[in-house]
Amino acid sequence: MNPIIVSDVYKKYGKVQALEGVSFEVEKGEIFGIIGPDGAGKTTLFRILTTLLIPDSGEALIDGHHVVNHYKTIRNMVGYMPGRFSLYQDLSVEENLKVFATIFDTTIQENYHLIKDIYQQLEPFKTRRAGALSGGMKQKLALCCALIHKPAILFLDEPTTGVDPVSRKEFWEMLKKLRDQGITILVSTPYMDEASMCDRIALIQGGNFLKIETPTNIREQFKKILWSVQSSRMFPLLKDLRKYHIVKTSFAFGDTHHVTIDQSGEDYVSDQLTMDYLRRYLEDKGHTEIMIQPIKATIEDCFMELSH
Amino acid sequence: MSVIVAKNLTKRFGQFVAVDNISFEIEKGEIFGFLGANGAGKTTAMRMLCGLSLPSAGKGTVAGFDIEKQSEEVKAHIGYMSQKFAMYEDLKVWENLRLYAGIYGVPHKEIMPKIDQLLENLGFTSKKNTMVSALPLGWKQKLSFSAAIFHQPEIVFLDEPTGGVDPSTRRRFWELIYQAAEQGITVFVTTHYMDEAEYCNRVSIMVDGKIEVKSFYQAESMDQVFQKLARKAKRNSD
Repeated sequence: MNPIIVSDVYKKYGKVQALEGVSFEVEKGEIFGIIGPDGAGKTTLFRILTTLLIPDSGEALIDGHHVVNHYKTIRNMVGYMPGRFSLYQDLSVEENLKVFATIFDTTIQENYHLIKDIYQQLEPFKTRRAGALSGGMKQKLALCCALIHKPAILFLDEPTTGVDPVSRKEFWEMLKKLRDQGITILVSTPYMDEASMCDRIALIQGGNFLKIETPTNIREQFKKILWSVQSSRMFPLLKDLRKYHIVKTSFAFGDTHHVTIDQSGEDYVSDQLTMDYLRRYLEDKGHTEIMIQPIKATIEDCFMELSH
Repeated sequence: MSVIVAKNLTKRFGQFVAVDNISFEIEKGEIFGFLGANGAGKTTAMRMLCGLSLPSAGKGTVAGFDIEKQSEEVKAHIGYMSQKFAMYEDLKVWENLRLYAGIYGVPHKEIMPKIDQLLENLGFTSKKNTMVSALPLGWKQKLSFSAAIFHQPEIVFLDEPTGGVDPSTRRRFWELIYQAAEQGITVFVTTHYMDEAEYCNRVSIMVDGKIEVKSFYQAESMDQVFQKLARKAKRNSD
């Protein structure tokens, strides 16, 4: 039986439907990412799965235990790192870890092997108050506290939000090591570029899962024609692209614009011809240094396509 | 014409050198990305440029005013949007804009017509009387940006502007920034999103209080450049 099984879960706050029939399963020893913007329902889902919130309807099983009926069993076997830093700010690094170990009736020594790699980076600061740590350090301490009772399943709600890119990369490397030790990890993030770090991902928006797949397959399954377009004047280029009849969508992606092409209309002949027409149109609009290239979709392209 | 000039700008807190002798110039209408890991010194540098903190050494001018001797003039000629949403949740959309406009000394008669015009441009007229607390995050961000440039500052400082919004909302937000730059407003952005840095005309990366790279787009991706530089940091990210 899979360690996380969720079927048709609904949750409403007043008039706001936070989750609208979410179903999925997470396999043992995989990193499963829930990827979506703020307000999509990620935290609600995490709270339900960690038994802190009761769903309106639907069922969820954690290692075969029902989230409502067997909440005590589940709380002993999962580790949870909430989105907001929720350790004791006025206790030291070491004291925080001790509190969590004691609550779960264990000691730091007993499961030290699990946190060793991470805790070693914190050890020089072990007498510092948790409130005085930097963002990256707080995040490492919170992970240690979530791991100290040797959970079978880890729930990490936006662990990398607001953390700089170097610390984020290190954090994902730590997660991979934990996964390789057999821990199942459910992790959420608003950063689309972190999707590739997961074994499988679910894209979520407005309380709905748009898709569940491996990151590679999601990108492979993008069926539209997608081009990147550049010129010397990028903002006017964006406006001109949107005016062109065969361009379906046009969005700025850093130093290029990503454009999807409408293949259904009679104006579409072939990729090459359509590209030539587009180039000529842009030249007529006064653009120079025009570059048009077919490209492979990123997770963000896929997200925007699926959420339309 | 350079609207921001920093020359050997330094800030010390006791023994600690938070900003270490940085120099750069930013042109009018430019979108300048100011990157760096947590603790690199970005916020301290930005606070000096905004006239909120005095440099320990070095010089700077912003919109033609000396950041040390004319800090009040600097404040009046810039806009600032913080990463934390800083509008009043219990005021209506138009009330928030009127408040900001009033603080920045926009003439009273001009305020209401300008608010109407702004809301129309944003496609937001129907939300004029909505409480800000009831707006989705993406709208709040657009509104804070609009408030930050309402008094037509020469420069707008954006501190991590687009965390947490969905990809299409993020892009709509950047289009507003492009538009402001087209109108001649200089945009100074700090961000953690490496892909966001690629929207900028130029970027700098701050490591241990110093500026390490200052150039146009690199052949490598911005993320690779950042990882390489920031990993050299000796200072702990505290």
